[in-house]
Amino acid sequence: MQPAGSVSSSSALSAPPSTESYITEPRPLPAWFVEVVLPIAAIAALFLVWEAACQFFAVPSYIIPAPSAIWKETSANPGNVGWHTLVTTKTVLLGFIVSALVSLPLAVLLTSSPLVAASVYPLLVLTQAIPKVALAPILVVVLGTSELPRVVVTFLVAFFPLVLSIASGLVSVPPELIELGRSCKANRWTELWRIRLPYAVPFIFSGLKAAIALSVVGAVVAEFVNADAGLGYLIQTSTAFFKVQLAWGALIILSIMGIVLFQIIVAVERIFFPWSPGIDKPPV
Amino acid sequence: MIEIENVSKHFVSRDRDRVAALTNVSISIRRNEFVCLVGPSGCGKSTLLRLVGGLLPVTQGRVVIDGQQVSEPRAETGIVFQSPTLLPWASVLDNVLFPLKMMKRVTRDSPNRAKSLLKLVGLDGFEGKYPRELSGGMQMRAGICRALVHDPDILLMDEPFSSLDALTREELTLELMRIWREQPKTVLFVTHSIPESVMLADRVVVLSPRPGRIAEIVPVQVPRPRQFGMEALDEFQRATSRIRQLIFGVERTTVH
Ligand SMILES: Nc1ncnc2c1ncn2[C@@H]1O[C@H](COP(=O)(O)OP(=O)(O)O)[C@@H](O)[C@H]1O
Ligand SMILES: [Mg+2]
Repeated sequence: MQPAGSVSSSSALSAPPSTESYITEPRPLPAWFVEVVLPIAAIAALFLVWEAACQFFAVPSYIIPAPSAIWKETSANPGNVGWHTLVTTKTVLLGFIVSALVSLPLAVLLTSSPLVAASVYPLLVLTQAIPKVALAPILVVVLGTSELPRVVVTFLVAFFPLVLSIASGLVSVPPELIELGRSCKANRWTELWRIRLPYAVPFIFSGLKAAIALSVVGAVVAEFVNADAGLGYLIQTSTAFFKVQLAWGALIILSIMGIVLFQIIVAVERIFFPWSPGIDKPPV
Repeated sequence: MIEIENVSKHFVSRDRDRVAALTNVSISIRRNEFVCLVGPSGCGKSTLLRLVGGLLPVTQGRVVIDGQQVSEPRAETGIVFQSPTLLPWASVLDNVLFPLKMMKRVTRDSPNRAKSLLKLVGLDGFEGKYPRELSGGMQMRAGICRALVHDPDILLMDEPFSSLDALTREELTLELMRIWREQPKTVLFVTHSIPESVMLADRVVVLSPRPGRIAEIVPVQVPRPRQFGMEALDEFQRATSRIRQLIFGVERTTVH
């Protein structure tokens, strides 16, 4: 059986060019449509279905409030909600920045020699084995009721995947590139700086994306345990007073915060490292 | 210029076995000579190249270049690997300039030198492109420019054309001969292809497998400048059939 339009068939070569082609080039949709319009439309559709379902089944608003009710309650006091949002954003960003600053040298250390790796790695695994929710109140005792224990919890939740992806980027450099560096008389530092780190850029960004999402999780966990402000604190206090709409509002703001911060990292990678293949695109 | 004196190389594998990759290899290579290494897969061709490049230490014997024993990579040696190994984050021009940058030898004239090399291999106009925008053959050309940019006197090439299609391969073979004529260098060139080795080389070193040792060094008396079409010459035939004989044994040489 010949596929339509096959060039290898001799009859196709001698046949006059047909006016109607069986194979049409699939026209690619514009990027702004695929990357901006479609995701927003999908989320808008979700909210519409949610609203309709709440109205149709008359779901009591203390169980699942409709989006309109959430919006009404959340926007009633914008200054207050905005303040809580700012407080949480600060914790998320501080925890994220500390994660990034610690992870890079840590990954370099881990990949510097097998002996170092064998001694440092178990310690890292230990920090991950500790349940952060259980650790948070203890940290408050140790570090006081300041911002600090919240940033530490955020950091502890967020940094591990980042270290792992940077480390795997640093060691997955093809051996021939390393030989190229050596043949150009590179020492360990120039090899790290001119070859290993640039090679690891896509891996670093993959880790940063995981870390920013986890930072939001970590900040909220920390606020549940010890805070007098922040969206995590807002969720706790408003559920305690049966203001369920406000709790849902805070939840939605947290999700939006996660998406926006994630997209900022995606944009930074695209703008500053356009050659990066982006190793974690969504599967198409 | 390159003296390989009684060199042996053993590797220690994971299960602590010693693998003899090369035993008692001796070759003396003259300045600006073109020498090809041929032999079956795994006979130690790449290993020998890495020993000459100072990327691996010898187990026994020594490699001497210009009276100096090789113990580390040498600045005046250029290496072309089997895959182009360009840096994906750097433009073609920056890739070619990479050795100069690493060795802190960039001068005001360096970009011009890089550009004229790119022009020499037909890549003018591609200076600002990234490697992924280039075909395999173009990437390999850029890799050759990179190996030449610091004007080395020795060029080591490890099966540089083996991943290319036959047409590109012939094209690059001709180009390499032209570059070598215009900018003479001592070249050590590993290949799987017997005709390619005879086309390029002044002498072909035939290695026998396991452990790699020199079976014979076959001189090629085909006149230069060489072109495709010279395969019919007696000298060409004599060299290829001798190499074939050394690699496959006498009885298989009559079957083509
Ligand atoms: N780094 C290494 N560690 C252990 N064995 C190696 C290493 N490099 C090469 N060898 C072994 O040495 C032999 C020669 O390898 P190589 O020089 O790559 O052969 P060729 O290039 O001729 O195909 C092979 O048996 C290979 O398995
Ligand atoms: Mg090889």
